[in-house]
Amino acid sequence: MDTRYLFKRHNTWWVKVAVPKDARDALGFDLRQSLKTHDLAKAQEKRWEIVELFRDQIKNAQNELSLPLANKDSVQTFMPVTDTSNPQYYHKVVDCQYACPAHTPVPEYIRQISQGNYTDAYMINWESNVFPGILGRTCDRPCEPACRRTRTHEKAVAICRLKRVTYDYKGNIEDRIPKLPEKTNGKRIALIGGGPASLTVARDLIVMGYECVLFEKDPFAGGLMRTNIPSFRLPEEVLNEEVDRIINMGLETRFNSEITSMKELLKEDFDAIFVGTGAPRGRDLNIEGREEAKKNIHIGIDWLTSIAFEHTKSIGKKVVVLGGGNTAMDCCRSSLRLGAEDVKVAVRSPFSQMKASEWEIEDAMNEHIPIFENHVPKRFITNENKLAGIEFEKVEAVFDENGKRSLVPTGEDPVIFECDDICIAIGQDNAFEWIEKDIGIEFGEWDMPIVDKVTFQSTNPKIFFGGDAAWGPENIIWAAAHGHQAAISIHKFCSGEDLFDRPMPGTNLVTQKMGIHEWSYDNDISQAKRNLVPHADQSISLKNLKVEVELGFDEQLAFEEAQRCLNCDVQTVFAEDLCIECDACVDICPTDCINFVNNAPEEDLRNSLRIPALNLDQPLLVSEDLPTKRAMIKDEDVCLHCGLCAERCPTGAWDMQTFLYEEAKVYS
Amino acid sequence: MTYIVKPKNHHPNLERNELGLTRRDYEGAISTLCAGCGHDSISAAIIDACFQLSIPSYQVAKLSGIGCSSKAPAYFLNQSHGFNSVHGRMPSIATGANVANHELLYLGVSGDGDSASIGIGQFIHAARRQPNMIYIVENNGTYGLTKGQFSATNDLESKSKYGEDNLFPAIDLCGMAIQLGASFVARGFSGDKDQLVPLLKAAINHKGFCLLDIISPCVTFNNHNTSTKSYDHIREHNESVSRPDFVPLGKEITAEYSEGENIDVALHDGSILSLEKLSDDYNPLDKKSALENLIKSEKEGKVTTGLLYIDPNAKDLKETINMTDKPLNKLEDGDLCPGNKYISSLNDKLR
Ligand SMILES: Cc1cc2nc3c(=O)[nH]c(=O)nc-3n(C[C@H](O)[C@H](O)[C@H](O)COP(=O)(O)OP(=O)(O)OC[C@H]3O[C@@H](n4cnc5c(N)ncnc54)[C@H](O)[C@@H]3O)c2cc1C
Ligand SMILES: Cc1ncc(C[n+]2csc(CCOP(=O)(O)OP(=O)(O)O)c2C)c(N)n1
Ligand code: SF4
Ligand code: SF4
Ligand code: SF4
Ligand SMILES: [Mg+2]
Repeated sequence: MDTRYLFKRHNTWWVKVAVPKDARDALGFDLRQSLKTHDLAKAQEKRWEIVELFRDQIKNAQNELSLPLANKDSVQTFMPVTDTSNPQYYHKVVDCQYACPAHTPVPEYIRQISQGNYTDAYMINWESNVFPGILGRTCDRPCEPACRRTRTHEKAVAICRLKRVTYDYKGNIEDRIPKLPEKTNGKRIALIGGGPASLTVARDLIVMGYECVLFEKDPFAGGLMRTNIPSFRLPEEVLNEEVDRIINMGLETRFNSEITSMKELLKEDFDAIFVGTGAPRGRDLNIEGREEAKKNIHIGIDWLTSIAFEHTKSIGKKVVVLGGGNTAMDCCRSSLRLGAEDVKVAVRSPFSQMKASEWEIEDAMNEHIPIFENHVPKRFITNENKLAGIEFEKVEAVFDENGKRSLVPTGEDPVIFECDDICIAIGQDNAFEWIEKDIGIEFGEWDMPIVDKVTFQSTNPKIFFGGDAAWGPENIIWAAAHGHQAAISIHKFCSGEDLFDRPMPGTNLVTQKMGIHEWSYDNDISQAKRNLVPHADQSISLKNLKVEVELGFDEQLAFEEAQRCLNCDVQTVFAEDLCIECDACVDICPTDCINFVNNAPEEDLRNSLRIPALNLDQPLLVSEDLPTKRAMIKDEDVCLHCGLCAERCPTGAWDMQTFLYEEAKVYS
Repeated sequence: MTYIVKPKNHHPNLERNELGLTRRDYEGAISTLCAGCGHDSISAAIIDACFQLSIPSYQVAKLSGIGCSSKAPAYFLNQSHGFNSVHGRMPSIATGANVANHELLYLGVSGDGDSASIGIGQFIHAARRQPNMIYIVENNGTYGLTKGQFSATNDLESKSKYGEDNLFPAIDLCGMAIQLGASFVARGFSGDKDQLVPLLKAAINHKGFCLLDIISPCVTFNNHNTSTKSYDHIREHNESVSRPDFVPLGKEITAEYSEGENIDVALHDGSILSLEKLSDDYNPLDKKSALENLIKSEKEGKVTTGLLYIDPNAKDLKETINMTDKPLNKLEDGDLCPGNKYISSLNDKLR
C-alpha cells in the first residue's frame, strides 16, 4: 500500500507536499489539496498529477525568489472578504425568510409568539403577507423545507401553523391598520379579479392615496381562496375577516362585473390597470366517452366553485378523482363530505412524484382515500349514455440519462374502476381571450402575456400583471408577493419614476447583549420534536364540509413549537480588529462552524475547513486576514445561533445581533 | 462563565473514530474558566488527540492539583476517571495510581503555580522516578485562580498587569525535567493546535514520564502588553524547533521531506513520531544539545516550542522497580499471599 503524499481528513483523501524552507514565505509549510474521494485506490492514482503540479509551483516560487520584488505579485485568487453590509448576506442566513416569497420576518414573529404577543406577531405577518389567518391554514410554506432545523434536527419548525396561531390568538387590531390619507391623490387604478394578488395591490396603493376599483366576475372577493379552497381547510369567517379588512380600507368593489374587453376598460380614465384574474380554466381530458358521460364528469376547479357557492350539494356514491395535485386532494376530500362512500384518486405519475403538498396527501390518506399511482386514464366507460366507470392503462416511470421522465406501459391488463362521478383535476390554464391583441400587450409562449419579472409590467406600460395571471398557477403567498411589487411599480409608473430603480429593503442590526452571557433572545436550543397539530374528530369532520379539520395549536403547544426556532436572524457578527485568535470560539462551537485557516479560492477553502463546507447553497463568512495571516472562515450551514462563540470570546469579537430585514413596500 | 449547556447537536458530517465515537463524545462539562483562557484550548487539544487515537474514555485517569488549570479536567473526557488532589500533590497521586494500576492512561494536569511553586518537590521526584504518565503544565506565568500573583515561571522582565516588577528569575520546567531524567519533554502553545495535538498523541504513546509544558495565556491576569506569556508575545517570539507528525502503528509516513530535514523517532509500541527539523542544530535525541538549545533561545528572548528531548528507550517506573505485569489492583489473594509456610518462617526470623 503506497500512501506517499496522501493523508486523510474527514474520510476524504488529500495530497500533501512539504515545501522546502526557502519557498515557505511564498507558499507556506506545505501544499495540500483534496482529492475528493473516499476511495484509497482512486486517490493513489489521482495523486501524481497534483504532486507534479505542486512540484512546479515550488520550483516557480524558488525561481521567483531570485527575481526583483516587483514581479512577485501573487496571482492566486482568494475568496473575497464578505460584505455584510449587503442586506442580502444576512438575509440569506435567515433561511425561512429568504425562502418566503414575501420575505416574512419569520423568527421575529415566532419570538413574539413565545412571549405571548400574538397581536404583534400577527401584525408582522400582516405587513408582509396580508393574509396571515388564511396563509396560516393554507400556505404552500416554501419556508419549511428551507428551515435550518431540517439540517440540524431533521424536522422543520412548524412555521405555517405558528402563523395560524397569530391569527387565532390576536387581540383587536383595528387601531393598528394604517390610517388613510385625508385626501386621495387623484389617481385611479383598476384591479381586475378579486383574488389575493389584486387585494394586495389594493391594500398597498390605498395607503398611498390611490383610488382603487376592483372588478370581479363573482359576487364576492377572494378569488380561488373563496371558490376553490374548501372550508374544511379555510373557514369562511377567516377568509371574510382578512378580505373585508382590505375592502373596508376604502376599496371600491364592482362585483358581478366580468371584464370582457380590455380595450373598453382602457377607454375609462384609469391611470394604470392591474390584471389579477388568475388561471381560471381547468384542463379537460378528451378521451373516449367524454361527451357521452359529460353529465357526471366534472372539471375540478369548476366543481369546487359550485360547491363553494352551494350550487352543488351532493355527489354519487362512487367517485374517481383524476390528478395528483392539490386540487385533486381537495376534490376527493370534498366528495367524501358530500356523501360519497367510495372515493379513489388515480395519478399518472408515481406516488413519489405527485404534485400535491406532502401534508395535503397525508390529510387525504388519513381520511382513508386510496391513491393509485401509475394509472393513465384511457376511456370513460358508459352504460346507456351514463357514466359507469373508467379504464386505465398501467405504466411505469422510466428516466433517460438526462433525467427526463417518460411513462411506459407495463403491458399489464387494463384496470377498470366503476364509478358514478369523476372529477378531472389535472391542471389549470390562463384565459386571456378578453384581452385584444392590438392594444400593445404582446403575448409570448403558450399565449401568455410577456410580463417583466421585476416590475410586473406588460408591454403596454399602463398594464401590470400579478398572481396566477402573470406566469400561471402558483399559490397565495406568491400572489401576495407579486402584489407588493406590482404596487411599487404602479406607484413609480404613476409618478414618472424609473420602474427598475427598486427600493432597498429596510434593515436593522441590533446587538442582543444584555450583560455578561445574557442575551435578549433565548439562546438555548430546544431538543423538542416537531409538534403535531390536533385534528377534529373524523366522525364529525367527514360529515360536514364546514368543519375545519386542523384545530391549530393551543397556547402551550404554540409556545413549545416557537421555542424550537433557532433565531436564525440573530446573526453572528465578527469584528476582526478585536480578535486575538485565542481559538475559544472554535473550541466551543457545537457544530464546528468556525475556522481560522489561510484564505484560498472558494473551492479549496470550503474543503480545508474543520468539517468541509459541502452545502454550496450556504455562504461562508470570510474575514479580513488576521495578524497570523489566517482568516476567520465561518460556514453558515448548520450554525445553531446559540451565541456560544460570543459568550466564549474574551474580546467581544463575536457579537449576536438581530438582523431585521423588511422587504420594501410602496409605502415604506 | 457560560449559562446554557452546550447543545448536543453536532454537525451532520462530524467524523467518527474507530470506536464509532465523535469528538463530541470526548467532551466534558461546559467550562467555567474565563472566556478565552488558554486552558480551554488545551482541553480541546486533549479531546482531539484522544478522539483521533480512538482511546476509550474509561481507560483514562485525569489527575490534577489546584488552580484554574487543575479545574480543567472537568471540561474534557467526562467519562474518564478523575482525581483532584490538594495543591501541588498531583504527582504523588499519579505515582501511586501508576503503581496500583499501570494499565490506565494517566493525564496529569497542573499549573505553573501548582507545579513550580507549592508542588515543585513533588514535580522533581515524579520526573526522576518516571511513572508512565503525561504531565501537563498549563503554564500562564501566574496564579490565575487566586487573581494574578506572579508565579515561579513568570519571566524576570515580565511585569504584572498593574505594573509591578517581578523580582525573581523564572524556573524553566523543561530544562529541569530533562536534567532530572524525564524521557519525553516538549513545550507547546495553547494557540497552536497543529503542533500540540501531534505532541499529545506522541506523548500518549510514549512509555515513561512525559512533560508537556504548554504556554497557556491567562486572558484575565497575564495577557497585557508587558507580559511575556500573552498571546501576542508568544506568537511573536515562538520559535518552533520541529513540526511534529504522529504516525500511529501500522500507518505509513505520508509527507515527504528533503534529505536531512526530518527525524523519525520510533516509539516503544512501533508508532512513529516524525519530526520535521526547523532548526539545523536540532537533535532531540541528544540531551546536551537539547539543553544547549534551551539556554541559547532563552538568551535570545525566544520561546522554543516543539519536542525538545526524547529518549524512546528509557526505563519507566514499572521496569525500574520491577513491577508485576499484572497490575497490583488485579492481583488475587493467591498472588499476594506467600503462604503459611513462608510467613511462619518469616515470623520465626523475627522472634
Ligand atoms: C383547488 C385549489 C386549491 C388551492 N389550494 C391552495 C392552498 O391551499 N394554498 C395556496 O397557497 N394556494 C392554493 N391554491 C392556489 C391559489 O388559490 C391561487 O394561486 C391564488 O388564489 C391566486 O391568486 P390570484 O389573485 O392570482 O388569482 P385568483 O385567486 O385566481 O383570483 C382571480 C379572480 O379573478 C376573477 N376573474 C377572472 N377573470 C376575470 C375577468 N375577466 N373579470 C373579472 N374578474 C375575473 C376570478 O373570478 C377570481 O375571483 C389552490 C388552487 C386551487 C385551484
Ligand atoms: C495549600 C494551598 N495553598 C494555597 C492555595 C491557594 N491557591 C489556589 S490556586 C493557587 C495557584 C494556582 O496557580 P496555577 O497552578 O498556576 O494555576 P492557574 O490558576 O494559573 O491555572 C493558589 C496559590 C491553596 N488552594 N492551597
Ligand atoms: S429555525 Fe427559525 S429562523 Fe431558522 S429557518 Fe427555521 S423558522 Fe426560520
Ligand atoms: S474567541 Fe474571540 S478572540 Fe478568540 S479566536 Fe474567537 S473571535 Fe477571536
Ligand atoms: S483567571 Fe486566567 S487562568 Fe484562570 S480561567 Fe481566567 S484566564 Fe484562565
Ligand atoms: Mg498559572
